[in-house]
Amino acid sequence: MSILLTEDFTFIVQGITGREAVNLTRECLDYGSKIVGGVTPGRKGRDVHGVPVFDTVEQAVADHGSQIDGSVVTVPPAFTKDAVFEAIENGIKLIVVVTERIPRRDVAEMVELANLRGARIIGPNCLGIIAPGVGKMGGIGGPAKDAAKAYEPGAIGVMSRSGGMTTEISSTLTAAGLGVSTAVSIGGDAIIGSTYAELMPLFEADEQTEAIVIYTEPGGRMEAELVDWRTENDAKLPIVAFMAGKFMDDEEMQGMSFGHAGTIVEGAEDSATQKIARLQEAGIPVVERIDEIPGAVKDKLGAKV
Amino acid sequence: MRFYEFESRRIVERAGIPVTEYGFCKTAAEAREAAERIGGSTVIKSQVLTGGRMKAGGVKFADTPEEAEGHAEEILKLEIGGHMPVGVLVDPKAEVEQEYYAAVLWDGRAKRPMMLFSDMGGIDIEEVAEKHPDHVGRGHLSNLHPIPDFRAKEVVAAAGGLTGRELTRATPVLARLAQLQHDYDMTLAEINPLARLTDGSFVALDAHMEMEDEAVGRHQKMLGEIGVELEEPRELYEPSEFERNVKAIDEADHRGVIQGKDHGFTGNLGLVIGAGGGSLTLTDAVRSQGGKPANYAEIGGNPSVAKSCGLAKEVLQKDGVEKIAVMMSIVSNTRVDIVARGVIKACLELDKDPAETIAVFRIPGAWEEEGSKILGKYGIEFRDRSTSMWEAAGEAVERIQG
Repeated sequence: MSILLTEDFTFIVQGITGREAVNLTRECLDYGSKIVGGVTPGRKGRDVHGVPVFDTVEQAVADHGSQIDGSVVTVPPAFTKDAVFEAIENGIKLIVVVTERIPRRDVAEMVELANLRGARIIGPNCLGIIAPGVGKMGGIGGPAKDAAKAYEPGAIGVMSRSGGMTTEISSTLTAAGLGVSTAVSIGGDAIIGSTYAELMPLFEADEQTEAIVIYTEPGGRMEAELVDWRTENDAKLPIVAFMAGKFMDDEEMQGMSFGHAGTIVEGAEDSATQKIARLQEAGIPVVERIDEIPGAVKDKLGAKV
Repeated sequence: MRFYEFESRRIVERAGIPVTEYGFCKTAAEAREAAERIGGSTVIKSQVLTGGRMKAGGVKFADTPEEAEGHAEEILKLEIGGHMPVGVLVDPKAEVEQEYYAAVLWDGRAKRPMMLFSDMGGIDIEEVAEKHPDHVGRGHLSNLHPIPDFRAKEVVAAAGGLTGRELTRATPVLARLAQLQHDYDMTLAEINPLARLTDGSFVALDAHMEMEDEAVGRHQKMLGEIGVELEEPRELYEPSEFERNVKAIDEADHRGVIQGKDHGFTGNLGLVIGAGGGSLTLTDAVRSQGGKPANYAEIGGNPSVAKSCGLAKEVLQKDGVEKIAVMMSIVSNTRVDIVARGVIKACLELDKDPAETIAVFRIPGAWEEEGSKILGKYGIEFRDRSTSMWEAAGEAVERIQG
């Protein structure tokens, strides 16, 4: 099994006639994913690599004849919120938002509506989800043959704030014979649909996943949230982390001042060094090199047995 | 986007929150006139995009217009934290009965805005929250529902048990601040201090606003109305020539994205690296192995040959740069062969031998066979994914340090 995607998972692409969307549609179809429609207002009647294009999500659902599971949203930032609302209000439960540079308020509105309707958002500013051998949703891993090369089915769940590094890390796991159960590019923005902690219960419930690898960066408090989640829940899966951007801790790199008010709302924002300490204290090893990840995962798996 | 205090005051005023009369002045003579108009004692405040004004001598009190003029003259010449002021704000010295704190900002973990209110304003709110937690009221807002006054009232009431006219007068201020934060995509909307004057009225004595950069485009009308010039730089530091040049190359061509920064970097190894997370990882890998990067860069989204070439040339022309390391995490969109062509072209145009100049080339992924062939012609060994990012960075450090 995998998380989020299954063999029969159906989805649409909103903004399907855009250049990037045309590419990712090709890649996903080649990988075996079931794209049942596309939406671009005013382009009804066309097709993109054989996928019918509609003006509205409602039309796509009617054409499919039953509920559609997911949508990849790749429309300009000013239209993204409306596109996501449209998907949610038409019963779609998993939405991958590729678009970057969306104002936080719009993202927060999408997330709140998704929560009310029992839907989940991945992203924005992400490359999507891949369940090796099952399907992919979004540009993650690139063309099908490249995705197959970097992602072999296996036991490790990957969550990454960087789309590109999702593939780099998965490729390393694949080369080491560990493989990947599901990899999620969660997005790098200040507010995202699904954080590490919010995806952990899915991985915990997945029989295929035996360990988790996370890639993280400076900014935000998502690692602290993950540590709290693990402490509060009886979590079984071992986690290995990689932290990029340590150089930003150096004094000469700074110039950025964080407001005090932010600190009292969310707690002090950790530097890279503090994040590493926080994770390690919670029993989550933080490796210095990407190529050390497979060894650290094997150590954890060995220790568990 | 950060705002000067005088702009923040205009934004607050537009939202229906009372402020004291104030004058934004660019010269000492104007400051004198403003002080005459206001009458009585005044405060002269440096208008500068950095904190710590008080300590640096950027805030002074004056009893007469002449004194105000003298202070303005000094403050206008005073650099604070590397920033020169754009003017001074002349403000009446208000008859303050009590100071409060009001703010609305994002709670990233809850994914909602949060209101904060304290009856202990004017001082560091972080300290208040730590020492007197019962004097700070907090409350989340929904992103979907209109902002209800009662939520603001709850937050005010929770701050040290405020009641009576204080409560009823402070509540609309906080509710309007919340509306403003929402309407104008502020990452921070803060009034500190919010003052209760001797007549019982509430006025904002100082305000601090920060608008999310991604949202600036949709607030052009308001920004124009308060007189904000969108073209003026509001960076945390003055961009270097390198940074300006890379930005110009990036803007000249819509294909792909390149970014370059050298603030804080003084090394000899030029970095032509990507993508976002890959760049962070590679910069750390170079530094952790004793290398000294001359810059930071991000390549992504499949830039043209001209763009890759432009970035590499800018990096190579920086003082003290001897070699460049061309490295990325596995690419699926950016094409290896195009980046290869670009960096080789940069070397040739600067009369440098590519094989000598390119310390390492490690970009696995799309079109890598083609890229490898091109590099081979110029005697550069192509590194694929079997060379890890750490190893590639180490190789570059070794080559430059001998």
